[in-house]
Amino acid sequence: MSDAPILQLKNITKTYPGVIANENVSFSIARGEIHALLGENGAGKSTLVKMIYGVVKPDGGEMLFNGEPYAPAKPFEARAKGVGMVFQHFSLFEALSVRDNIALGLSAAEAKKGDLKKRIVEVSTTYGLKVDPDRLVGTLSVGERQRVEIVRCLLTEPKLLIMDEPTSVLTPQEVKVLFETLRRLASEGVSILYISHKLDEIRTLCSRATVLRGGKVVGSCDPRQETARGLAEMMIGQTLSTPTRETGEPGEIRLKVQELFMESDEQFGVDLENITFAVRAGEILGIAGVAGNGQTELMEALIGERRSRHARHIQIDGIDIGHEGPRQRRARGMCFAPEERLGHAAVPGMSLWENAILCSGPGADFARGGFVRHRAATRYADKVVADLNVKTASVRSAARSLSGGNLQKFIMGREILQQPKVLIASQPTWGVDAGAAAAIHRVLLDLAKSGAAVLIISQDLDELFTISTRISVIAGGYLFPSQPTEELTVEKLGLAMGGRVKEIASAKEATHV
Amino acid sequence: MFKLVPRKEPLNAMLYATPFIALLLTIVAGFALFSALGKDPAQAMYLIFIKPLTSYNSLAELLVKGAPLILIATGLAIGFRAGVWNIGAEGQFTIGAITGGSVALAFYPDGGFWLLPLMALAGALGGMAWAAIPALLRTRFNASEILVSLMLVYVATLLLSLLVHGPLRDPEGFNFPESRLFQDSALLPNLLDGTRANVGFLVALVAVGAAYIYIERLIFGFQVKVMGQAPRAARYAGFSERRIVWSSFMISGGLAGMAGLFEAAGPVGQLVPSLPVGYGFTAIIVAFLGRLHPVGILFAGMLMALTYIGGETAQIEMSLPSATTSVFQGMLLFFLLGADVLVNFRLARAGKPLVATKPAAQSPALEPAE
Amino acid sequence: MDLVLNILLGVAVAATPLVFASIGELITERSGVLNLGVEGMMVMGAIAAFAATLASGSYVVGIVAGAAAGAAMGALFGLLTLSLMSNQVATGLALTLFGLGLSALIGQQFAGASLPQFPRVNIPVLTAIPFIGPLIFGQDALVYLSIALVLGVGWFLTKTRAGLILRATGENHDAAHAIGYPVIGIRYLAVTFGGACAGLGGAYLSLVQTPLWVERMTAGRGWIALALVVFASWKPLRVLGGAYLFGGITILQLHSQALGLKIDAQILSMLPYLATIVVLVVISRDATRMKLNAPSCLGKVFYATS
Repeated sequence: MSDAPILQLKNITKTYPGVIANENVSFSIARGEIHALLGENGAGKSTLVKMIYGVVKPDGGEMLFNGEPYAPAKPFEARAKGVGMVFQHFSLFEALSVRDNIALGLSAAEAKKGDLKKRIVEVSTTYGLKVDPDRLVGTLSVGERQRVEIVRCLLTEPKLLIMDEPTSVLTPQEVKVLFETLRRLASEGVSILYISHKLDEIRTLCSRATVLRGGKVVGSCDPRQETARGLAEMMIGQTLSTPTRETGEPGEIRLKVQELFMESDEQFGVDLENITFAVRAGEILGIAGVAGNGQTELMEALIGERRSRHARHIQIDGIDIGHEGPRQRRARGMCFAPEERLGHAAVPGMSLWENAILCSGPGADFARGGFVRHRAATRYADKVVADLNVKTASVRSAARSLSGGNLQKFIMGREILQQPKVLIASQPTWGVDAGAAAAIHRVLLDLAKSGAAVLIISQDLDELFTISTRISVIAGGYLFPSQPTEELTVEKLGLAMGGRVKEIASAKEATHV
Repeated sequence: MFKLVPRKEPLNAMLYATPFIALLLTIVAGFALFSALGKDPAQAMYLIFIKPLTSYNSLAELLVKGAPLILIATGLAIGFRAGVWNIGAEGQFTIGAITGGSVALAFYPDGGFWLLPLMALAGALGGMAWAAIPALLRTRFNASEILVSLMLVYVATLLLSLLVHGPLRDPEGFNFPESRLFQDSALLPNLLDGTRANVGFLVALVAVGAAYIYIERLIFGFQVKVMGQAPRAARYAGFSERRIVWSSFMISGGLAGMAGLFEAAGPVGQLVPSLPVGYGFTAIIVAFLGRLHPVGILFAGMLMALTYIGGETAQIEMSLPSATTSVFQGMLLFFLLGADVLVNFRLARAGKPLVATKPAAQSPALEPAE
Repeated sequence: MDLVLNILLGVAVAATPLVFASIGELITERSGVLNLGVEGMMVMGAIAAFAATLASGSYVVGIVAGAAAGAAMGALFGLLTLSLMSNQVATGLALTLFGLGLSALIGQQFAGASLPQFPRVNIPVLTAIPFIGPLIFGQDALVYLSIALVLGVGWFLTKTRAGLILRATGENHDAAHAIGYPVIGIRYLAVTFGGACAGLGGAYLSLVQTPLWVERMTAGRGWIALALVVFASWKPLRVLGGAYLFGGITILQLHSQALGLKIDAQILSMLPYLATIVVLVVISRDATRMKLNAPSCLGKVFYATS
């Protein structure tokens, strides 16, 4: 064993049409090191690791693995050399079993070696990653799915393990367990490249950090020696003032949901079970939870894409609206910003002004006598672009040509500038850079201050703690009673997010058996 | 070698250019095809694309063939934009001819100025009724409208055959499976003297105008486009899928039914088993070639009519098989669908990606690498 | 007895082209591609097989030619939808229109020609068993091939690694790409295989069932085959059941007069088409179950963004 770094990057460059994803990136990872790759959304982290894993080929530069030239043409080659990767958006197949999923991630020879099922159980017990080889992946929680991915990697006995934003889908307790597993792997000599934009995690876990900004390496440090603020400045390149929440007296109840049950019509969806909550004027209610616990279904029910069984299950200002569709609800002063930007909140191929028409309601009426009001929609879109500082060539640009952050600003602006009485937004800053996120948080706070009731569904606990008046947790389709933000801690929330899930899961299994 | 590089924004100019690229490629392929068949390609191309434009009579024939194609394609395009795939227009065409024609036969030999409008209405309603079946089965039972509407084409053709063998057979027709010849007041007035061109073409023009307003100006048209491009966004905006599916089928079925009646009351003048000649299918090509846009469809319909008439001329003068026309039309659609990739992608010369070379801040992937 | 035997033998003859075409389409769809051009691939297979058999005097050459023509059409579909990312629905329609035209063009010179009766298998003793013998041991070779093909596809999909990869591609092409499987390549193989099977189905029509060449002789069977895949919930063995059910309906119509039914020929001819509609409605009614069985990526365009 030499002391040569396990992986060395020299001047790696990758360009996409109109974008330089990586420019002259150089750094190296030592054996048994947990190395953080830190950067904002769009800093080029994902492209870089895809090159290391052989999904994308670099345009220039050189990589050395174990001191030897390394240029994987395919992920199989990378895996054969000893590079494993756990994806941010899991590369799993819902309709297949855990065992089949793992077999697909191994080469034919590896998959044949011995009894795969037995090996899965062995690895998962050794590292405390409990998985059941026979279950369909679609029935697993997000945390369990991540374990499947990690087990799949470990079966190839990697020398370098790449983790892409692994904690964004986990409860705080699950994060702790994951970190133990990673430390143990590192102590056994496995190097880990840990990609994240969460500074606290990096400071507890990693011994080395490389910071990317705009595709370039802007710094390298020992994160344990740095403050979170210092890291943030390195990552963002400037200091950001986080918006602060002013506590005011909440007003009347505007949005009230009671005893809402709804069966999912998706194959692996979550049924909503007895959802009850209320949001008052001037309040921001945050709903925390791990992805796939009923957030999508709740959003559909609130938008009116699916109607509730009885009108009284959803009320706005005391009026029953559960039976109404999205347009009627908009007419009553509700606005919605769902999580999925392209294809749900916006039509990718349509221009911004056309996308403005989607939310046509009393606050912004773009139809008269059945005709489209082209000019009114254009003016409104122009205003949204100006007010939220959306970077786009013009409102005639297609929605999909905007960056994620700018499109999100446009969508939030489109909804908020209508001065809604009730705003419901899911993951309002997901995949958005820090500057845009701060801007979005500011308008949400302003909206609540002006007397609107705001509901935010988010997986980002930091976000919820920053802007919510009260926070509640959704798990397995159940919603916990909300509590004032001041009385809550991350740990408390985490217990609700994870603990209840297990309770529910075991109860469900018991009834199914 | 070339590779496709995604464009940052779709190049809308390409939407207009690709039909011409496709036409050009079809002509090139046609040269090859005719050479392979041992025919003079230049002469064939002349006969197909130029000759029909040189005489009054064949120009009038363009209108005869163009009218049903435009009428049907205009309706289909609205559905296609919404992601509603009515590919059974041929069946709705046939049923429209039956219901509209039956009205004429029911009043035989009487008639008057009111008869034709009544027939047209009956034809449209017949087509709508036939289109209602796939619409109902999709909205109510989630059944694929593609397969249902297509199956109903065969059923409609058999139904026509059944009727002209039985109840609608000409009592003085020596047992031939044909209806009576329609009375004069049940025949479409001529548009151009001494030709077969009839007022059906004017109706097609009106339909194009109405469809333009529907798609480009009305909020319904906007809803149709959103549902076709992003169904989930349509649900988010509260557009009713059921209503869009139904209206697409009613419009396309009604127009196809009317086109069928015009065929029976126009160039044919009676009901015969061979009435459906494939306009309902060719109209699909017309709709795509016309970019699903009413004005585009107007031009595409005339072009397609040209290949029909030119194909017939070539068939007679060069003893080419009758199927030549459909091969041509099929190729045209292929080339168009293939060329459409250029709207969202551009061609770049592919070079080997550079690995392990000197650091380069420029962008080797954008430009040829060597 | 003879009538019943004839009817039962006829069922297999009517069902086999559907078996071929739908099992091919099943593989195509399991890989995530919806090819609506089955009718066009079948009819090309029919003319190619007929022409090649006439020219060579060998059925084997004809059958291979039929499969090759279908495969070429399938590959053409792949070129457009996979490499050029065209809309699968529209391209499938184009394939059908093109196939119907091109086959008619090629077939013009063969109108009126005919082939001798396709030989049936004759195993001494076994085939001679009354009733059962001809049914089980006396069909033509292609009937057995079609059944073997269905069993083979069933085995391939559930028991082999390649089959697992194919299913994975149809379930989630982005994930398959991320782990390193060549999505486009796999789909090319699937659509080409699907085309070859459709070509075999067409070959069966022109070599065995008729045996002559008639323009548009597929008469909607390609579309029925598509419906059968839905009917079978994308499971191979159910394709076999569905195809024989439809074979039965078709044969009933041919023998109705002998059976003493006094129904117009046209109405009887409508039966297979109407039955298809009924079957589709019954199967599709439960939207959740449809989603469960259908490959998740069916009909979606794949482009590797990275």
